[in-house]
Amino acid sequence: MEFIAQHPVLVVSLVKIVVLLFILMTILAYLSWFERKIIAHIQSRWGPYYVGAHGLLQPLADGVKFLFKEDLTPTASDKFIYTLAPFLALTLAMTTLALIPFGPATVSIFGHETHLVVANVDIGLLYLFAITSIGVYGVALAGWSSNSKYSLLGGLRSSAQMISYEVSLTLSVVGVVLLAGTFNFSELVMSQQGYYWHFIPRWRIGPQVIGFLCYFTAAIAETNRAPFDLPEGEQELVGGFHTEYSSFKFAMFFMAEYANMVTVSCLATILFLGGWLSPFPERWTFMQYLPAVSFLALAAYLAYDTAVHMRGFARIQLGVVTLLSAGLGALCMLPGVMPVIQGPFWFTFKMGLLLFFYVWTRSTLPRLRYDQLMSFGWRLLLPVSLLNLVATAGWFVWGWVKHG
Amino acid sequence: MSLEFILFFVFAIVAVMGALLLIVAREPIHSALSLILVMVSLAALYLLLGAEFIAAVQIIVYAGAIMVLFVFVIMLLNAGVEERTNWSQIAKYAGLPLGIFLLFELAHFLAHSRIGTTIANGAGAPTTAASTRALSEMLFQKYLLPFEATSILILIAILGALVLAKRGE
Repeated sequence: MEFIAQHPVLVVSLVKIVVLLFILMTILAYLSWFERKIIAHIQSRWGPYYVGAHGLLQPLADGVKFLFKEDLTPTASDKFIYTLAPFLALTLAMTTLALIPFGPATVSIFGHETHLVVANVDIGLLYLFAITSIGVYGVALAGWSSNSKYSLLGGLRSSAQMISYEVSLTLSVVGVVLLAGTFNFSELVMSQQGYYWHFIPRWRIGPQVIGFLCYFTAAIAETNRAPFDLPEGEQELVGGFHTEYSSFKFAMFFMAEYANMVTVSCLATILFLGGWLSPFPERWTFMQYLPAVSFLALAAYLAYDTAVHMRGFARIQLGVVTLLSAGLGALCMLPGVMPVIQGPFWFTFKMGLLLFFYVWTRSTLPRLRYDQLMSFGWRLLLPVSLLNLVATAGWFVWGWVKHG
Repeated sequence: MSLEFILFFVFAIVAVMGALLLIVAREPIHSALSLILVMVSLAALYLLLGAEFIAAVQIIVYAGAIMVLFVFVIMLLNAGVEERTNWSQIAKYAGLPLGIFLLFELAHFLAHSRIGTTIANGAGAPTTAASTRALSEMLFQKYLLPFEATSILILIAILGALVLAKRGE
């Protein structure tokens, strides 16, 4: 106990990690529902439908199914590395989220004033890249250790893809770092405060729109998502680096992919879209009711849906969701909660928008061939992001922008 | 016992174990993984000294870039298990005593040098010099010429590798 009393930071960090992990796990589970539902509707299908109202219990059913499937290990595979690879992928993917600040407001946990971030590192951006750069190992080792030609080729392909696009990803971000003059996430967000002509927010996406496009394209490739989702090229490789994985080990790769999507969207939000900053001018004070109003509107729609369309168990279940949503709306009205919720609300909103773009591209664009993928990355994306960097540096050096 | 102290020992032991595994392991990929373990625990040790930037760069460059290429090559060549020979006679009779001698020499040097006493007194590296801004100012103003010269040297090495690779075709 004395040790804990001496290090209160440890306790607070631990609490934050547990809360973040819980929220993240929920988001990861429902991201799969979100994705399937949206792709289905874009392609004129229904998507998850039978388990729970609107298929809302589908992630739970999937999780149970993953847990109860037989866990196969191929013969003559490297057992240790075969088990290590999914752990590596998932742990690294989730660690990066510790660096993301979700809001500016100081909240108190057990009487401790603290920020809405687990680790406010001075060079957060570099740390994030350090952790994502190790993420390649999960894919490469999974492919190698499976002792299967498909897996090996898939692993090689995917890791080559990740290494190639990491270059463009990093270069496209340097422009933002140059303009802000810092690696710290909170400072990166705060440097985007203010408005052009008093109503257009000064977010970095304005001066760095090319950087943003390069970043997001590279990010889609980096996270192995459509149209760059070669590991899922079933016609060629059965399933890429995770061909031999089954049961919960496969689920871990699945979750790692979604966690990476979340991280990448969070990073784009912080770097280019003003993080937790509201898009509306501060003088519009009525905008702080927006979180409450959106939750209440959702609750109203769900109440209508429950009453009119749902029968039996689905009606009870959706009723619970309605009450939850209404409760959240009421919670956002509380004077103590209202200022705290603004930051996370806008952050989550922007992040959700980017996740929607992810799903949208997946359901719209066809997959690239491997050589097309490589030539796109090296011959187009890299030069463009390099030019963007050079232009930004030139702009900076000739003194057209003020430092900070 | 402070937290830094405990963490130092954890990462130091992991680093040494990783280095031992690197030599002992017979699968090339296990060796490569052990080396990554060493790199990462070294980065953690830098972090404990307050050198945040160096720690991040250590991971990005060594663990994230160089070792990925190592693993890549091992995977591509599908390198098999290393063959073991009997120990060479020189290694057996001269190497081991010399190694132990070197260890004692290093320990003696560290115990009596200024570095040793600074570490023992608990004074870490000066944190101001380790901050990213200070480091970059040092690198790009005071030591600009050596820095650029090193960059050109590395560029030449890359070009050399390309030329050698192309000559074979």
